[in-house]
Amino acid sequence: MWRPHISKVGAARTAFVVAVFAILELLCRLDIINRVTMIPPSEMVASLAAILASGRFNNDIFFTLYNIVAAAILATVLGFFIGAGLHAVPRLRQPLVPLLSAYYAVPTFVFYPLLIVAFGVGRSALIVMGALFGIVAMIVNTTLGLDHVPPAVERTGAILRLDRLRALVLVRLPAAAPHLVTGVKLAVAYSVIGIVAGEFILATAGIGKRIAFSYDNFDNRTMYGMLLLLLIGVMVVNGALSAWEKRLHRRFGQR
Amino acid sequence: MTSRRLDYVLLAAGFLALWQLLHWAVGPDVVSSPWATIARAAALLGTSTFWGHVNATLTAFALASVISIAGGIALGLWLGLFRFAGDVADPILGTLYSIPKITLYPIILLCFGLGISAKIAFGVIHGVFPIAIFTMNAVRNVAPVFRRTALVMQLSAVTTAATIMAPAALPEILAGIRVGVALTLLGTLIGELFAATSGIGFVLIRAMDTHAVVDILAITLLLFCFAAAVNSSLRLIERWARHGG
Repeated sequence: MWRPHISKVGAARTAFVVAVFAILELLCRLDIINRVTMIPPSEMVASLAAILASGRFNNDIFFTLYNIVAAAILATVLGFFIGAGLHAVPRLRQPLVPLLSAYYAVPTFVFYPLLIVAFGVGRSALIVMGALFGIVAMIVNTTLGLDHVPPAVERTGAILRLDRLRALVLVRLPAAAPHLVTGVKLAVAYSVIGIVAGEFILATAGIGKRIAFSYDNFDNRTMYGMLLLLLIGVMVVNGALSAWEKRLHRRFGQR
Repeated sequence: MTSRRLDYVLLAAGFLALWQLLHWAVGPDVVSSPWATIARAAALLGTSTFWGHVNATLTAFALASVISIAGGIALGLWLGLFRFAGDVADPILGTLYSIPKITLYPIILLCFGLGISAKIAFGVIHGVFPIAIFTMNAVRNVAPVFRRTALVMQLSAVTTAATIMAPAALPEILAGIRVGVALTLLGTLIGELFAATSGIGFVLIRAMDTHAVVDILAITLLLFCFAAAVNSSLRLIERWARHGG
């Protein structure tokens, strides 16, 4: 009963995505979208393949990858501890709520030039930028996750006479896990935005710098190839984290 | 109530103290002092050129918000009402929501050129997907008994959407609007950073180019206040819809 529905949905989805790309390809080939604006998707793929085969941007790719991983780890770990701390002190948390939800309305990466002065042009400024942008998502979701630990689960821990540390590791964290994974997912996504934005503005290397540089030089092939690489990378990581998140939500019976 | 007000005062005082310490630690080239920044923000608010830029940003932000909200709700209602279409679109929407839209700035610039349409487009691509996702989930989570009632009363699809689904799903849709409007502001400002000749984002990028630390911090402070105010008022409307509506 379920299977055919799922495969039908999957087929329709694939058909839809293929159709979108086919239409885009056709519009580009027929010159309705001119080449200065967009190159056909097939050429983007070819350009990306050529870039990866030649290895000429490997330095940039690994530079950005390293920065994203470092920033995401920083944002996740620090965000978790700050979130747990805030959850423990509701009087501090309450007045912070509107500020935390307004955080992502402001492009925090305007602080990037200040970070450059503090850390110099290079990795550190970019990593701090990415972590700064990602950390609030983790803070918010950690507090939400700890809010959603069912009282019955907490009481079970009390009945089993778990000490505070065990109660945290064995009971509260697993119960908060679905929100924590959501936090990690968003922290990664926002770290990417912070770092790529920083690389657009000023950097010595990186995927963002490569995209901005080729845009400035009307090198559309390189630009769309690197854009495609970045988008595919983000989609793969996000897809994996979403799948994990969905599984946890199902297991814990929360939405 | 008074103790809550005291919490706010204490938080603000703590925040200012931290800011001042940071200023002393890293120097005025990185972080200007809170007093200098607040004075600068006040001075900016007193000039008519600054209000011209505020006007440009608000116009783009308002238009982008209207398009995001209308488009997001229309898309979300449709995908929520038709299970199959919703299942097909769900992960696609999630992906569109999560990709770093800032990387698309060259494409938006090439399509829309410099000016207000690029800013609006940037705002909309940031805001429309979260609103569509929240709306879709809101409609799907409407109690089945409401749907069945609509069936029994033989209401048309349009009447069902307008008189049954929309009110029942309203609180969650409003939550989506709150998230979407915040991101629309972010998108509009990003658009101005990279693609404009006027607006707050443009003033910011100019301050960044000349390394005017006080200006960067003063404008960011004003933006934070504005965003927090918008967010809080939307939160109030949402609370009213949850309990009073």
